[in-house]
Amino acid sequence: MTNTWTDIRNANLILVMGGNAAEAHPCGFKWVTEAKAHNKARLIVVDPRYTRTASVSDYYAPIRTGSDIAFLGGLINYLITNDKIQHEYVRNYTDVSFIVNEGFTFEDGLFSGYNAEKRTYSDKSTWSYEKGADGFAKVDPTLEHPRCVFQLMKKHYSRYTPDVASNICGMPQDRMLKIWAEIAETSQPGKTMTILYALGWTQHSVGAQIIRTAAMVQLLLGNVGLPGGGVNALRGHSNIQGLTDLGLLSNLLPGYMTLGNDGEQDFNAYITKRALKPLRPGQMSYWQNYGKFHVSLMKAWYGDAATAENNWCYDYLPKLDVPGAGYDVMKMFDMMSRGEVRGYFCQGFNPIASLPDKNRVVAALAKLKWLVIMDPLATETSEFWRNAGEYNNVDTASIKTAVFRLPTTCFAEEDGSLVNSSRWLQWHWKGAEAPGEARTDVTIMSEIFLKLREMYRSEGGAYPDPILNLNWPYKIPHEPSPEELAKEFNGYAVKDVTDATGAVVAKAGQQLSGFAQLKDDGTTASGCWIFCGSWTEQGNQMARRDNSDPYGVGQSLGWAWAWPMNRRILYNRASADPSGKPWGPDKKLVWWNGKNWGGADVPDFKPDSAPEAGMNPFIMNPEGVARFFAVDKMAEGPFPEHYEPFETPIGVNPMHPKNNKVISNPAARVLPSVWESFGKADKFPYAATTYRLTEHFHFWTKHCRLNAIAQPEQFVEIGEVLAKEKGIAAGDKVRVSSKRGYIVAVAVVTKRIKPLEVNGQTVHQIGIPLHWGFSGLTRHGYLTNTLVPFVGDGNSQTPESKSFLVNVEKA
Amino acid sequence: MDMNRRQFFKVAGIGLAGSSLAALGMAPTPAFAEQVRHFKLARTIETRNTCPYCSVGCGLVMYSHGDKAKNVAQNIIHIEGDADHPVNRGTLCPKGAGLLDFIHSPNRLKYPEVREAGSNEWKRISWEEAMERIVKLVKEERDANFISKNDQGQTVNRWTSVGFLAASAASNEAGYLTQKVVRNLGLVGFDNQARV
Repeated sequence: MTNTWTDIRNANLILVMGGNAAEAHPCGFKWVTEAKAHNKARLIVVDPRYTRTASVSDYYAPIRTGSDIAFLGGLINYLITNDKIQHEYVRNYTDVSFIVNEGFTFEDGLFSGYNAEKRTYSDKSTWSYEKGADGFAKVDPTLEHPRCVFQLMKKHYSRYTPDVASNICGMPQDRMLKIWAEIAETSQPGKTMTILYALGWTQHSVGAQIIRTAAMVQLLLGNVGLPGGGVNALRGHSNIQGLTDLGLLSNLLPGYMTLGNDGEQDFNAYITKRALKPLRPGQMSYWQNYGKFHVSLMKAWYGDAATAENNWCYDYLPKLDVPGAGYDVMKMFDMMSRGEVRGYFCQGFNPIASLPDKNRVVAALAKLKWLVIMDPLATETSEFWRNAGEYNNVDTASIKTAVFRLPTTCFAEEDGSLVNSSRWLQWHWKGAEAPGEARTDVTIMSEIFLKLREMYRSEGGAYPDPILNLNWPYKIPHEPSPEELAKEFNGYAVKDVTDATGAVVAKAGQQLSGFAQLKDDGTTASGCWIFCGSWTEQGNQMARRDNSDPYGVGQSLGWAWAWPMNRRILYNRASADPSGKPWGPDKKLVWWNGKNWGGADVPDFKPDSAPEAGMNPFIMNPEGVARFFAVDKMAEGPFPEHYEPFETPIGVNPMHPKNNKVISNPAARVLPSVWESFGKADKFPYAATTYRLTEHFHFWTKHCRLNAIAQPEQFVEIGEVLAKEKGIAAGDKVRVSSKRGYIVAVAVVTKRIKPLEVNGQTVHQIGIPLHWGFSGLTRHGYLTNTLVPFVGDGNSQTPESKSFLVNVEKA
Repeated sequence: MDMNRRQFFKVAGIGLAGSSLAALGMAPTPAFAEQVRHFKLARTIETRNTCPYCSVGCGLVMYSHGDKAKNVAQNIIHIEGDADHPVNRGTLCPKGAGLLDFIHSPNRLKYPEVREAGSNEWKRISWEEAMERIVKLVKEERDANFISKNDQGQTVNRWTSVGFLAASAASNEAGYLTQKVVRNLGLVGFDNQARV
């Protein structure tokens, strides 16, 4: 989230799209209720289903799954055409005036630089700005240059007329226009809309681009950085924010630093490429400090072994030979299916339930030599080899994988911190011992490491250096304490740290107070620079419990600690106009008081930079402003374009009916063995989407008696019209099949899903909750992801679980 | 219930300070005291925690029996929302309301086990055996397939024949240590639940 749960109360309008917060995040959704009750806010819901969020909305409209870019692209066109944009914000805080290089084109659904053979944009050189002799990007403040970002964006979205958008989304045009008109009103400087989304936006082959389109809408309306505004991802699990912040993803290091690729053999070049210099005069471009973050990480990991002479052990880090997400989980399972991956660890992760195409995943696991499970619960993955009849019909004897299952503690049995969706690091305390012989993940990882290190020390082996030199300063080596680990990721002074004047700001051994103290000379260590400030000399900031809200705007700065630097709303300099005054009387957050920036939040800005200095609010971007034009950051192009899901019920991209190469995302990776597993609408005519129920959490709560009683049996939701057509009555068992497999479940026949008219045909949508499996206390059921295609978003490789094709028959 | 008059006053005094029974002058007869039940929460220890499910991060108060003395096992008997938490303000959703059943689920794993190749059953093993075997397999695989240099002779130090999926509810401290260990083995096939 750019903003916070409690900040939702400051919104004037709330758009929930690609999520169902009332059921999936109920205690956060209360802040929507709060905004409605006390801030006269209105709630708009756009969703394929009439959800419980929709049931308390002021206005609802249905949409076909996977067509969100058409809706949002149409909205961009509407805002520009009707001049409903926050001009002063857009002109000063975004890239609209930047001039794009000549040669940048968009034709037939493809941007310049496409390589059809490789299905990728192998040449992104034209996706860039024209630069002047001074090295800065050229701008045209009049916005009249035909290649300025504003003109290009206007042209790109001029194609998304209400007719076109309504035709693709299946949303009646009058309802679409009503929603757009209401959203447009938040372009007034003192009004904000917040957007709340979840996996309903991420789990598409164009998921990242859907979210970008939403961000563009919010920028046009001037809603980013303000109370009650922002683009707010409601994350699905309690600490996937934290684990992502810590870089537990295939291509990441802590704090959103990235692993180098094979070609990056030179350490200084690796740093320089990421330490982006400002593209406009006077801008901060905070990633300039990349070297300080990186060297501090290396000092935390390798201690004295990391020196300037050995490039701080840069060679210890693995390099990637695959672009983008690198060795993401779908790629790994594809390699596993060919025997190229032989060992695998699952720590609190249940891939046969969570990954797409369950049968493919099980077949891949069966090729493993060994599998190690660490979990508090008996997951399906740990028993992928067990024949559970129709739910998991495998030949156990032929599966030669050795499976080790290690019991771990759960939340109640350990101290530590989690990062919630608002980026708050909240400390929690142990209340009881774990059952039996269960151990913490920390202990298990430590013992594996220490035993391995011992073996490498005594017998040698492949490249032992990073293992032998890993800094392991913990009092009890096989059981590092959460306090020790938290202090390490915060960071400490290796030697006395001085500021620009030479004054000592931290003595050797002291905790650092913030990332501004980090150095690239080896005098500081910090395991995760964005968490620097969470455990200072003043103690554990994550454990703070002052819930006061002195300005009455829902910002409890004394509760826990938020990254970065306890800032609660990102880009909050943009909550004030260029002269430093809040945009409206009830949108006061941070402002310029004549000497520095201050207010109800910690400024996400250089605290003493006067407005006249012209530094802009988006300090992480080298432009200093927010981007409508994504330059080369996205796989599909600088402006989001509508592409159909890989399994489309209409078989054509109405934006480009003549080009069958761009029906679906032309830059999404499709693994060679996956093409044949896609179904077509002739055999699988209905658009399906998966989702959660309010009584269950993922595949965990089916192990909890209360939840199992509350929602005991697998079901699917089918609209009344389709049910009648198919002769299905409520309570009948139905078989839902995709090209990849089938599930059998009870039919819930509902008014909540209506057929939509899309591109001249009727599209029925099927709703499939995801909580059942062949273990647990509920009645056993099929893993829903049996149906889901093994393809992901072009950037993040997040699977397209929210939009695929199925058939439905009475079982 | 086994309780004498003195114990009753003690319990009532702790559990009902300023509350109904004693204030109303209902000093019990011995027979009445037999009917009195101990108040569960009067003798519990409160521990602050946060919900492990979605990302709202609701504050919890966990109540456990046991006095945290050595050799005493705390037993969590009740969980409720933390009324002081600025986001959930004491509430829990239908998922969080069932958290006690997560802690005490009959499907909690208690011991290290192994399912051998081709077998149809779990076999309980010791931690020592589990760790010895796992570490041996890891080293064998790493030594056989670690890639120090690519075809062009560039130093790449990666290992792709083993992968690791990290948790979604593990603490930052566990996640940080996991990252530190996994990357330094050279693993690149490494994701958490955020990927999907």
